[in-house]
Amino acid sequence: MLDFPRWKQLWFWFVALAAALSALPSIFSLANLDWPAALPAPKVNLGLDLAGGSHILLEANPAQVVRQKLDAMEENIHSKLRVADKPIRIGDISTKDGNVTFMVEDATQVDAMRELILPLTTGAGMTGQRDWDIQVVDTTRFVLTPTKEGIDQAVTAAMDTATEVVRTRIDALGTREPTIIRQGRDRIVVQVPGLKDTQALKDLIGKTAKLEFKLVDTSASPTDIQQGIAPPGSQIVPFADPKKSSTGVGAIAVKRLGGIKGDSLTDAKQTFDQRNNEPVVSITFDQQGGAKFAKLTSENVNKPFAIILDDKVLSAPNINEPIMGGSAQITGSFTVESANQLAISLRSGALPVDLKVVEERTVGPDLGADSIRKGAIAFIVGTTALMIFMLFTYGRFGVYTCLALVLNVMMILGIMSLANTTLTLPGIAGFVLTIGAAVDANVLINERIREERHRGRRVVQAVEMGYKEASRAIFDANVTNVIAAMLMGYFGTGPIRGFAIVLIIGIFTSVFTAVSLTRLWVANWLRRARPEDIML
Amino acid sequence: MKLLKLVPDNTNIHFLKWRVPFYVMSLLLMAASLALVFTKGLNLGVDFVGGQMIRVTFERSATAPVAALRGEVASLGYGEPIIQQFGKPNEVSIRMKLPHGSDDDAGLADAMSRKITGAIKARHGDARIDGIDSVSGKVSKELGWTAFKALGLSALAVAAYIWVRFEWQFGIGALLSLVHDVTLTLGMFALTQMEFDLNIVAALLTLIGYSLNDTIVVYDRIRENLKKFRRMPLPELLDLSVNETLSRTLVTSLSMLITLVALLLLGPNVIFGFTAAITLGIFVGTYSSIYMAAPILIWLKVNSSSFVPVESATDRQERLARERG
Repeated sequence: MLDFPRWKQLWFWFVALAAALSALPSIFSLANLDWPAALPAPKVNLGLDLAGGSHILLEANPAQVVRQKLDAMEENIHSKLRVADKPIRIGDISTKDGNVTFMVEDATQVDAMRELILPLTTGAGMTGQRDWDIQVVDTTRFVLTPTKEGIDQAVTAAMDTATEVVRTRIDALGTREPTIIRQGRDRIVVQVPGLKDTQALKDLIGKTAKLEFKLVDTSASPTDIQQGIAPPGSQIVPFADPKKSSTGVGAIAVKRLGGIKGDSLTDAKQTFDQRNNEPVVSITFDQQGGAKFAKLTSENVNKPFAIILDDKVLSAPNINEPIMGGSAQITGSFTVESANQLAISLRSGALPVDLKVVEERTVGPDLGADSIRKGAIAFIVGTTALMIFMLFTYGRFGVYTCLALVLNVMMILGIMSLANTTLTLPGIAGFVLTIGAAVDANVLINERIREERHRGRRVVQAVEMGYKEASRAIFDANVTNVIAAMLMGYFGTGPIRGFAIVLIIGIFTSVFTAVSLTRLWVANWLRRARPEDIML
Repeated sequence: MKLLKLVPDNTNIHFLKWRVPFYVMSLLLMAASLALVFTKGLNLGVDFVGGQMIRVTFERSATAPVAALRGEVASLGYGEPIIQQFGKPNEVSIRMKLPHGSDDDAGLADAMSRKITGAIKARHGDARIDGIDSVSGKVSKELGWTAFKALGLSALAVAAYIWVRFEWQFGIGALLSLVHDVTLTLGMFALTQMEFDLNIVAALLTLIGYSLNDTIVVYDRIRENLKKFRRMPLPELLDLSVNETLSRTLVTSLSMLITLVALLLLGPNVIFGFTAAITLGIFVGTYSSIYMAAPILIWLKVNSSSFVPVESATDRQERLARERG
């Protein structure tokens, strides 16, 4: 018991001090003191509930991704047929019921058709599965169903892109240290510390920013549009701002095909219209997009075309002259702010799926600061009172307990800083439990030493028995806490996980400080002083 | 200087003598708690039922104008708010159901929070908006389910560990006292109608951890004494074990209470409910490790043979050979 090899002593001190010193930058910052800039400063992150800020959970609808996959397949089949060596006639194409179906008119061409569309499918997943399942039923009817692997792949790809788009948009806002993480299959978590107004942020994320230019079908009469009746090959699209609708009925008919998508932009920025000084968005197409745009505008001079954003018409101006330069202006009763937002959204590209806010939590920065201050005061008062209690109960052994306690708290903070974890309000609860468990370990040991002395053992023997016998219960109690904490960390969300992290770190540091370190101190003292009796 | 001793040496209180009446009382309390939970119900926060919660502090008022607020918010046409003070009398939480159709259009929830906070700020100059939580129905269901899963699984896993380390009777005893502690705490939340949110689940986990710690300490001593005093009748042995650990139990509980009371009185208001739950848990947990966890061992017929290694056939042969030779 008294025998502690030198290397072990040094090692214990090194571990304790290294971890405890890492806590200093965090403690300085919590106390609003300046930490010397020359020194490294690992700091524990404060959760949004403490620091203030916003947590936004976005969810995509996987069905929308499937829908897009079906539409893309239909389009691809058409373009394959256009360039096929031998013309194949198909009919009755439909993308309802979660698959693409069509008939081949000439039954002898079924094999050729299969050859033609096979390259449209690709491998997906680990097992060599393809992303589409092609079947022919009733000799001439093709049924193309996306496989589970194919859908998963598409959803994953869409969510990856969406995460990137969200990140680009938030970065453009100039927000400090945002966290943007994909969560699960179809969700994205956005956490922004210290933001007062989340409205701009949500407006920005919430926009899919799918920009389209489509020709207006002037053959539709306002009454038909009002009743939602579109001429063949056209569709009715509502105006974003019904008061500005050129038809007077809040919607307009546009041709379904032959439009241009706005996904081939190289730049978008907010500018002012030279004629009336209204805010507009100037866009620049890439080469391919520019060529398409030039073709569309030169073929349709003096006809109106609609600028459609997220399935709403922004405006439907006349094409006065061909636009050849590859750049254009989007008008549509913007404010400077909304034009700027649209420019950011267009620059970042469209979201491949719509994102919906399903959870939002905002904590005001004042409350956060208040919580930290009060939490720190309560913690200091509580710990001090606890230490006084320990000193009165266990004398010299109480001193060791207190020292271990202070080191323990600093070690937890230090390790959390080094591991770059986040301290939340429930994390503070984890602290309370950990400190309780650490003090309990010392209480168990001290009480046991008392007991052994009472039974008449000598000092050294009693201390030795105290540590040995108490260790068993300490071990069992800590293992159960580790088991519980691991499960909480694995299954829990948000607050529960924040609690579990502190608990897991705290269990290890508290066993180290409350058992190993105090034992070292007691041993050193016993060896030096060789007391006949101990006050306990 | 003389050191503080909460429990005098050689204390011998016959705790287990009263095990039947105490057990009946505990069971009655559990039944009452369950009845409360099912009749009055828990005041579930937006974490578990979805909706919107706005927290407001009235910085220059002693108490929040709850009645006025209720009228002001209700007049906005989003339905009746649930308004509750928490922590300090000048802090309130205002809870609303999410407007119809907000599952498809998150903007509706935004518009509601903007209207409510706008109306409050316009009429009360000292109102400080501390936080806005909007949780959709789908997410709240998931949060509830994961919280339940985390609680249930950790309780079961822990009981399994105790079964392995001790004996199955101990595992059941530990699980039973966990159920007891959680039920009583839930009962208190049903009774006081304090808001029950995700943070409270973290509190339940803390008190489970604490209560378990306590139970293990008592069990460890029982295990030790079972090996030491193999002829001692079980009730007597349990009493001895509880008495031997009594000083530790009191010192530890008091230590925890000191820190908790400081948090309760001086700590941030947001965690008031949370700290209150743990504080109650300290009492309930200490009680349950003496009166729930220990007596059940008598009824489940624990005996010392579980902890004394059984003589194997070869051991026996060797012993007999030694004795003969």
